[in-house]
Amino acid sequence: GCFVFKPSTKKRRSSEKTGHDFRSTSYDSEDTELRFVTCQSLWNQIKFETEQIQEDLNKQLLDNLVSFLSRSHSDFQEKTTKWTCRMKFREIPTAALVLGVNVTDHDLTFRGLSDALQDNITPYVALLEAKDCPGIKNLMQKLMGQLMNCDIEVDSMEDEDCVQVSQNRIRCSMPSLISWYESITKKTDPETPSKKRNSSSRHWQSPPVVVIFKDMESFTTKVLQDFIVISSQHIHQLPLVLVFGIATSPMIIHRLLPHSVSSLLCIELFQSLSCKEHLSTIIDKLLLTSRFPFKLGEKVLQVLINIFLYHDFSVQNFVKGFQLCIVEHFYSQPLSVLCCHLVDVKKRVYSLSHDQCENIRRLPSFRRYVEKQESGKQIELLTNDSFLKEETEKLLEDLHAYHENYVSILRCLHVFTSSLPKYPLGKQIRELHCACLENRVWETEEYESSLQLARMLNKTDLVTMLQQCVEILMSSSGKEFDKTVEKLKEFLTQFQNLEEASQEQDVSVSSQKELQKKTDLYHLQKTLLELKESRRSKKLTKFEMLRFEVVDYIDRLVRKYLVPASNRTLHEIVYFNAATVLRGHLNAAPRTALHTALNNPHWYLKNQALKCDGGGISNKAPDICIVYKLHLECGRLINLVDWLEAFSTVVMAAEEPNADAASSDQVDDIIHARFIRAVSELELLGFIKPSKQKTDHVARLTWGGC
Amino acid sequence: MPNLEHPAYPAADLLHLESLVPCRESQVSMLLSIFGERQQFSFPSIFIYGHTSSGKTYVMQTLLTTLQLPHVFVNCVEYFTSRLLLEEILIQLQSCSGTEQTSPVHCDTLNDFVRLFKQALASQEFQDQTLYIVLDRAEQLREMEANILPAFLRLQELTDRNVTVVLLSEIVWELFRPNSGCFEPFTMYFPDYSIGHLQKILSQNHPPEYSADFYAAYINILLGVFYMVCRDLKELRHLAALNFAKYCEPVVRGEANERDTRKLWKNIEPHLKKAMQTVYLREISSSQWERLQHDGGEPGQLKGLSAHTHVELPYYSKFLLIAAYLASYNPVRTDKRFFLKHHGKIRKTNFMKKHEKTSNHLLGPKPFPLDRLLAILYSIVDNRVAPTANIFSQITSLVTLQLLSMVGQNDQLDGPRYKCTVSLDFIRAIAR
Repeated sequence: GCFVFKPSTKKRRSSEKTGHDFRSTSYDSEDTELRFVTCQSLWNQIKFETEQIQEDLNKQLLDNLVSFLSRSHSDFQEKTTKWTCRMKFREIPTAALVLGVNVTDHDLTFRGLSDALQDNITPYVALLEAKDCPGIKNLMQKLMGQLMNCDIEVDSMEDEDCVQVSQNRIRCSMPSLISWYESITKKTDPETPSKKRNSSSRHWQSPPVVVIFKDMESFTTKVLQDFIVISSQHIHQLPLVLVFGIATSPMIIHRLLPHSVSSLLCIELFQSLSCKEHLSTIIDKLLLTSRFPFKLGEKVLQVLINIFLYHDFSVQNFVKGFQLCIVEHFYSQPLSVLCCHLVDVKKRVYSLSHDQCENIRRLPSFRRYVEKQESGKQIELLTNDSFLKEETEKLLEDLHAYHENYVSILRCLHVFTSSLPKYPLGKQIRELHCACLENRVWETEEYESSLQLARMLNKTDLVTMLQQCVEILMSSSGKEFDKTVEKLKEFLTQFQNLEEASQEQDVSVSSQKELQKKTDLYHLQKTLLELKESRRSKKLTKFEMLRFEVVDYIDRLVRKYLVPASNRTLHEIVYFNAATVLRGHLNAAPRTALHTALNNPHWYLKNQALKCDGGGISNKAPDICIVYKLHLECGRLINLVDWLEAFSTVVMAAEEPNADAASSDQVDDIIHARFIRAVSELELLGFIKPSKQKTDHVARLTWGGC
Repeated sequence: MPNLEHPAYPAADLLHLESLVPCRESQVSMLLSIFGERQQFSFPSIFIYGHTSSGKTYVMQTLLTTLQLPHVFVNCVEYFTSRLLLEEILIQLQSCSGTEQTSPVHCDTLNDFVRLFKQALASQEFQDQTLYIVLDRAEQLREMEANILPAFLRLQELTDRNVTVVLLSEIVWELFRPNSGCFEPFTMYFPDYSIGHLQKILSQNHPPEYSADFYAAYINILLGVFYMVCRDLKELRHLAALNFAKYCEPVVRGEANERDTRKLWKNIEPHLKKAMQTVYLREISSSQWERLQHDGGEPGQLKGLSAHTHVELPYYSKFLLIAAYLASYNPVRTDKRFFLKHHGKIRKTNFMKKHEKTSNHLLGPKPFPLDRLLAILYSIVDNRVAPTANIFSQITSLVTLQLLSMVGQNDQLDGPRYKCTVSLDFIRAIAR
């Protein structure tokens, strides 16, 4: 997926500059600095957390790879002369690393990989990208440059002569690489000084040379083939290991390499975690937790998830979008200064200015809250700042408590819904989260049907789910759950008792066993009917009663704790809801934007004179807009002369009508030049191109003839 | 069988040589008679061709080293530019003449090469002996500058020294001949090894723990299975080494003795068949195969490379790919019929033109413009799709993933055209 490579980490606005930026629009000058600092520290926490998650998720993969690499050249180390080793063809050990289509995320993985390799196995790691290697020559140059540099890093002070070998002067061929490798391993071998030891002791005497092809698909076949053929001839002198980064499927190896080449490789497959799971973990750890005060609203979360699922599968982009939300929230919402950890809230609330208090009073959710209070309190809230601050603090604490409870109960509900057939409320917890944020989940049809299904669960499932819920609630930080846990435990013991009771009831089952006796068809039918009758009329068993009770209890919990956040007072402070802003930032629509700009220049230029009515062409618009509008009326091929005439008519309409034929020649020259310039601008933008079909005509390239 | 005989070389050496090059005696004796005695001028250039692993490189190398003829051996794939190639020859020349390494050689053109070559030869003691320059994988020479190949063919004449250039290649001389004509080398063909030859060569180096007969029987079985698909000596030897442990298993366990060929055959045959489907195709690697063998596990547990065909794609990428597939394999005329709700009635008789009766899948994908792709995309996706940058960038990334390919990338603005490169099965898996 994902597909667009963002320019490498744009420098975030430097602190003093951003402080200024924040200030420029907001009217309460004192909080901008604090908001900026809060935003920074929050983002740093989140960034650290995401990196941690990434590391944990990749750990398994990296461990596997490292063990493969350490295994790969073990015989090179031992220099065995066994018969099988002599007879066997020396293949190049190759790891095929299937990473999924989210190419933008791969960089991080490769960085982690090369770090892990350099720590554990070998200092000699080269990362190659297809765009740097259009030919085998460039590949060798790049490879040798990277390898020899990395060597310099290891012992930078010791040999100056190595540094001085400029890259141009090295013959880019395998023998020079081999002689370099021999010299480098020999140099480290006999040395005993302790200083050198600790750097090389982690590696073996002759560490393998790892070459990583980041994007296997983009390499040309010839380059890969040549490189493999060449290096396979020298595998005895140079312990080479290849790593192929594959975005699609390992079949690509067979498509790129013919059998004669792929038979030189000893390929093992490694698969990374799917990006969807990665996203789930990220959402779980970043959003479904009360550790971070900042929250995403339902629409915003939906936008981010949609971009992920529909467009790019890129976790990096998701996190970037999340970052954008944070910055946007702290930038646009003056009250976001209160979006901080609970410990700081009190101090910040009491230092609020009068303007900020007015801001609070303006919040829709707060107004709703005020309306519900009795009149005396209403007046207090609206006039007395210090009373408002007290109330605000209380409300914020409530909000925090709500979040803690919300997350735990959400997880409990997810335990139930995720095991129902057809997943009426979604399989992933993120879907459930969105549903709960959107509106009262218990009013939806899906919730109704999932309760129906939950009432049909069997006992073992129910018991395990209850146990899971107990665990979740026990581990949660919410204080109100002691009773809930007790209640759930009570349910569990009741189920336990039921089991013992049912063993005694076993006798009743024997009636069914009679069925298995040999009977004729008529009797069988009769007994079956009887059984059915009795079952229908039978009262609910104890188990069924209990099951109803459990489900009702869960339902009650949901109604109590999973109130949508938009119903809570002061939710605007911590929730970012401006989905349209986010969409505008993330979903670029170049074609539409270009069309708007040219068709309706007022939209961007904000010049009243340009405001045009209906379909008419204003002559005050920039030349290119006029030319563009005129060309919209044409078919596939546009006659330049006609176009020029139309253009001059439009432009001339603005000039004084008294400019008559006598002076028109001179004016025409200028208009002609303007026209030519506008047309070439259109060509540059890719709307038209010169055509060879007819002289004096250009061809339209967009929305051809429609 | 002709015994190697040549007055110029000691008989012991020749006997040794003969033992080293089984089944290639006639070629070797032919070469020897062309080479003549050490100081005699030989044919200026010799072109040897033959299929993969028919012993070209091996024979040349063994011949030259056993008889201690002065030679330079260069692989043209490895030295991929003419400069590297020429310099490498000069470097090897320096080292084999025993002179200590002087300053690094610089040789950019053939003119320089001839000059330096003469210098190198002049300063050496083997003036009177023929020098052999062997260029392996000589087909690469055709991709270098146009003068390289003709010049190598008449190097003897150009340098006026006793030198013979030997070209080794897998393709025939006719494909080398430049348009402007050149000196015709002496061509020589190395035929493929027959099954008997393979048997003989493979059985030659048996493991020291087992008798030659035992190993020969094993090779016999191996060839029975693999000869149909693979005649590559290197590959066969590799396979033989991989599977020999399994063959010996009953003997090691004491269940069968070395002569019990039938029992051993029963044990090894299914195993080899499995190897043919997996290791030989590099579906699983040989080290995995060995581990599997060692643990006694079933090869079924290990999924091969082609088992992992599923590719997870984002929602719109899937639709883009499907749209691209439809655009590639459906004729433009049918678009209206398939993708518009109210298409006119189409008379069935006229609809199919004659040449369209052949399956479009046999004809391969056809290029289509970007606009058509987007139009089909809009009609196959249920809800509205905004033409955002995200969609366009997905097209580009599908190209980088080699699922689509760009046709005629001369001008990006000039309505780029694409082709869909994935198979029907792939699309089916995605469309599910």
